[in-house]
Amino acid sequence: MDREEDCKWGYGLDDQIRADRLPDTEILPEGMKKVRREDPEYPGRLRNIPDPPKQLYYYGELPGEDEPSAAIIGARDCSEYGKYVAIELGRLLGQNGICVISGMARGIDGISQEAALSVGGRSYGVLGSGADVCYPRSNRGLYEQLKCRGGVLSEYAPGTPAKGYLFPPRNRIVSGLADVVVVVEAREKSGTLITVDMALEQGKDVYMVPGRVTDKLSEGCNRLIKAGAGILVSPEDFVKELWGDSKMISPKREKLLSGELGDVYNALDFTPSTVEQVWAKLGGVYTEIQVASLLMQLSMQKEILQVSPGYFCHKG
Amino acid sequence: MYSTILSGALVGVSAYLVSVEVDIAPGLPGFTMVGSLGPEVRESRERVSVALKNVGFDLPPRKVTVNLSPADKRKEGSSFDLPIAVGMLESMNYFPEKATDNILFLGELGLNGEVKRVRGVLPIVRQAAAMGVRECIVPKENEREGAVIPGIHVRGTSHIREVFSYLSVAEEAQRETILPALSLSAEELLSGQDYPGGLDFSEVQGQGMAKRAAQIAAAGFHNLLMVGPPGAGKSMIAKRIPGILPPLSLEECLEVTAVESVAGVLEENGGLVVKRPFRNPHHTISHAALVGGGSNPRPGMISLAHRGVLFLDELPEFQRIALDALRQPLEERRVTVSRTAGNVVYPSDFMMVCAMNPCPCGYYPDRNRCRCTEPQVKKYMGKVSGPILDRIDLCVELQAVDVSRLTEQPCEENSLTIRERVLEARERQKVRFRDSNCRFNADIEVADINTYCHLGEKEAAYMEELYKTLKFSARAYHRILKVSRTIADLEGKEQIEVEHLTQAAYFRPSLDYWI
Repeated sequence: MDREEDCKWGYGLDDQIRADRLPDTEILPEGMKKVRREDPEYPGRLRNIPDPPKQLYYYGELPGEDEPSAAIIGARDCSEYGKYVAIELGRLLGQNGICVISGMARGIDGISQEAALSVGGRSYGVLGSGADVCYPRSNRGLYEQLKCRGGVLSEYAPGTPAKGYLFPPRNRIVSGLADVVVVVEAREKSGTLITVDMALEQGKDVYMVPGRVTDKLSEGCNRLIKAGAGILVSPEDFVKELWGDSKMISPKREKLLSGELGDVYNALDFTPSTVEQVWAKLGGVYTEIQVASLLMQLSMQKEILQVSPGYFCHKG
Repeated sequence: MYSTILSGALVGVSAYLVSVEVDIAPGLPGFTMVGSLGPEVRESRERVSVALKNVGFDLPPRKVTVNLSPADKRKEGSSFDLPIAVGMLESMNYFPEKATDNILFLGELGLNGEVKRVRGVLPIVRQAAAMGVRECIVPKENEREGAVIPGIHVRGTSHIREVFSYLSVAEEAQRETILPALSLSAEELLSGQDYPGGLDFSEVQGQGMAKRAAQIAAAGFHNLLMVGPPGAGKSMIAKRIPGILPPLSLEECLEVTAVESVAGVLEENGGLVVKRPFRNPHHTISHAALVGGGSNPRPGMISLAHRGVLFLDELPEFQRIALDALRQPLEERRVTVSRTAGNVVYPSDFMMVCAMNPCPCGYYPDRNRCRCTEPQVKKYMGKVSGPILDRIDLCVELQAVDVSRLTEQPCEENSLTIRERVLEARERQKVRFRDSNCRFNADIEVADINTYCHLGEKEAAYMEELYKTLKFSARAYHRILKVSRTIADLEGKEQIEVEHLTQAAYFRPSLDYWI
């Protein structure tokens, strides 16, 4: 259903966002399902939160009642470090049968969901638009995958376009559906922190991925750690703590690199660095030109990632 | 009475000779000018008659007809004032017989009779010398410009009176004292300017990779793109590139001077231009100003940068239409400006050096400072069209410089040392290209790439691996080969080695990151 159709039904877009007054005979787009609060299929987890959505529109499935789940959320414009953690965490959760709940946004959200799906795990995306509207469009691939390997859900009527003010309310569903909420990266003032507020209100556990003191993208996380939030020391540790033994530990990323390649590899981390920075770290053992060609060799062997013409970092 | 005087006019950066025919005959008094004339040539009627009156020659009450031949070519500019005035004086029988034979005249007249500077003296004098003209009389300010041409006497004058007394004297020796001929030896001018000096690379702290890229670019005349945050030193490096380029040859000097002369931007009393040009147009430049144009075409920035550096700072801020107009000149190394009046070809063999920020705020990928969203970064990068990026051989990313490095004592290589290496690499290229049209490695055609950039077995296998893992395009493949050829030249190696290929791959401009 699209905008024109809404108009035909006689609803202004804004006053029917939550579709409270849609008639029950509503015609849904093909494949989309709807569940109301009165229905027995309505997720039990959501019944207990303040202001539960009156209905959910969804593709695929709804999270099962006993299905362990974790919400992974974070900054849209994340760092390479954030990307790495999101991927590791998403993969580990996927391998352990813990579903990843998130908002399918750019950055941490989408990356962690994609990682969970990539190892055969399940994931659910809660959208801030109608469930039939893929936003952001760049996540089209993920959107389609979610439909078959989890679900795409929304409380908004089909065809509702993505609007800034629709996103904060959907965050209560993200945290509501999850047993625990993990924040990978958040700035001091971040939309992610709204979700954290809601999760705390709902009585959920909140875990933070710590970051360096100097990283602005980790300021929000570090501040909440100070305020008493849980710390995610490592993905394995996190899974063990919450769900007992983790079934499969992600393969250890020990590099069998030695000699000059190993030196250069070890001088890198998840912060994109230029040749000059790596060269300075190595203390002038090699020339800048040598460092550059070693970095090129490493990226050819797919050990490291060239994020832009002059910047390299470890690969997630 | 009838007289013919030699003069010249421009087409593009070349010239042709024009004969100015003046006829003064009995009849209804009047002054007619014919010969496909532009407005400023037509106006010379007033300038000439008033100037002649003011220096004391009364125009006879007769019918004056002036024709500029060949009459079917459009003539522009104010340089015909002097030849017309001389022609009229000759027609009035002021000079001995054959006084003006084989002399070419150029110059604009003021109403008081002074002779003022004009555009395009060098190409016209050059053409005149080629046609066997014995001497030229040009404005004093343009004297040095024409004097570099061998085989022709160039005399500068600042007033029509001087020209009058020069022509009225029959004796050669006495003539010489009135308007002495100036002769400049081009070789001397060149040798005096071996090292241009000025800005030096040792003033740039850090940025080793960018300096390396600049050096490779200079050695092979490759186009270079620098990406980096504000204040990283992109413009500093760009401005120092002409200093490490090999010196201009005499032929190149003449080309550069000819373009400047035609464009009218030659310094006052400037002779031969011996410095490599460096042009950095502002990013609001129109496409006509960049590639040349106007209803009366003039060379654009790219032609003024001929044999030198065209620096485009803030590349994405340039109008798309202006940047896309660069495509053909970059490929063909000359630009054709077509107007209803005809086509004009200007040379444009320049080295393009571009600088840009990686995102609107300039700090990407430093996430602590950059708050641009990924779509914003992509959009900003996308402003530079693919075909332009396709013509760039080297790309280097700079980072903001540490304060500690700024305060360090300079211990960086200076331009002179770098230039020596570049010159050596240049010598190798000279030997390599002695039988071909190429001058630099950047000029190698795709068809000849296997001849000049031959890879050994090991290197070929490595290149294939590079091609597969880095997934670059066929065009990028060729660029990497050309750049690695230059790197090998810089290191004095006859064969391209794995090391050189890796470096060239590091500097490759890739669209993957951005678009």
